[in-house]
Amino acid sequence: MIDKQHLLNSQQMAEFVARGFLRFDELVPAEINEAVMRDIDRQAIKGAPAGTPLSQCYAGTALRHMLDLPAVQGLIQSLVGEDPLFDHDAIHVREPNEGKAQGLHADSIIDLRTHFDIQLMYFPHDVPLEMGGTLLLPGSHFRRVNEMDVAAYQNMRGQIAMVCKAGTLLALHHGIWHCGRQNKTDRRRYMFKLRLNPAVRQLRLWNTQDLEPDYQSQREIYTRNARDGGVQDILSRREPWFEAASGRLEIVNRIKLWRFLTGDNEFDVHYWLGRLENKPA
Amino acid sequence: MATIRQQVLTLYLATSALDSRVLGWSMYDGTGDQAHTTGDSDTPPYETGLDALRDGWRLLQLPVLIPPYPGEEYSTSFMKYGFVFEKLEDTGA
Repeated sequence: MIDKQHLLNSQQMAEFVARGFLRFDELVPAEINEAVMRDIDRQAIKGAPAGTPLSQCYAGTALRHMLDLPAVQGLIQSLVGEDPLFDHDAIHVREPNEGKAQGLHADSIIDLRTHFDIQLMYFPHDVPLEMGGTLLLPGSHFRRVNEMDVAAYQNMRGQIAMVCKAGTLLALHHGIWHCGRQNKTDRRRYMFKLRLNPAVRQLRLWNTQDLEPDYQSQREIYTRNARDGGVQDILSRREPWFEAASGRLEIVNRIKLWRFLTGDNEFDVHYWLGRLENKPA
Repeated sequence: MATIRQQVLTLYLATSALDSRVLGWSMYDGTGDQAHTTGDSDTPPYETGLDALRDGWRLLQLPVLIPPYPGEEYSTSFMKYGFVFEKLEDTGA
């Protein structure tokens, strides 16, 4: 069990619920990044059968050192539990001077669970803009689509190109739409992806000490007073690509996931569910 | 002799109204002059769908409004308001 100081806090969890990802810039030290790059070059990275406890994977390797960093253990434990299951890994390569980018997609197949997997994306070398970087669309994780169904969408307001320094980690909800952007340099681009499944019920796995007793009480809506940086505020923020009407449903999706993760079944944001649940006998 | 090639632009708008804000966009150029791909721009070509009409794009298709399937009223999926436009260009080839 990792020390609580390394777990995510409630603001970070709310960001994950709202946007479907968390970003940790330059989290992994240079010596591990360099060792992982050597292992990639030697084709020495070996995964494990699907369903293997993560603690049994990558023994003695640089990737194991990366996964054993307290901050990495803390974010994994907060999202999918202390010893999640290895699903699969992949070294994603974008070749130099590619003609086009990968199509936008969600990984695997359409997935109706409230439980979620995470995908760790690890960037072991610097990724400048001209090298592409993984493209991700914040807040797309609740959309029910099947893999490349969304490849027709070339650009969306608010999309993020992962331009980062070596050692940066992304933790993605499994439903996030993403793709490999075009690499316009003469160097290969690498990204290591690791999908993890929870092995425990995802219930208050992060450090919840910062949740005030009244954090879920109903607030005055349609006022600036709601902008206090708390959980309700974070879950109410729209992404720039949200349609006017569906954007409201996205906030309902977030409320439902937050209730699932906390057990706080009366939690609400801007009265979106409280209004519907008011059914006097 | 004229050699006509099609350019196709899809704009994903904020509502079912053609003059609402552009949220997403895709373009395919049959003339071969431009090659668009995923993630190649953070700036939409037009602020609204109507702006595309004013710039000479012809509307080919507009989204049909379909009530939510029973039981799926609160789920979200594809962008709902995709408007498809074309321009015809004479490449002179």
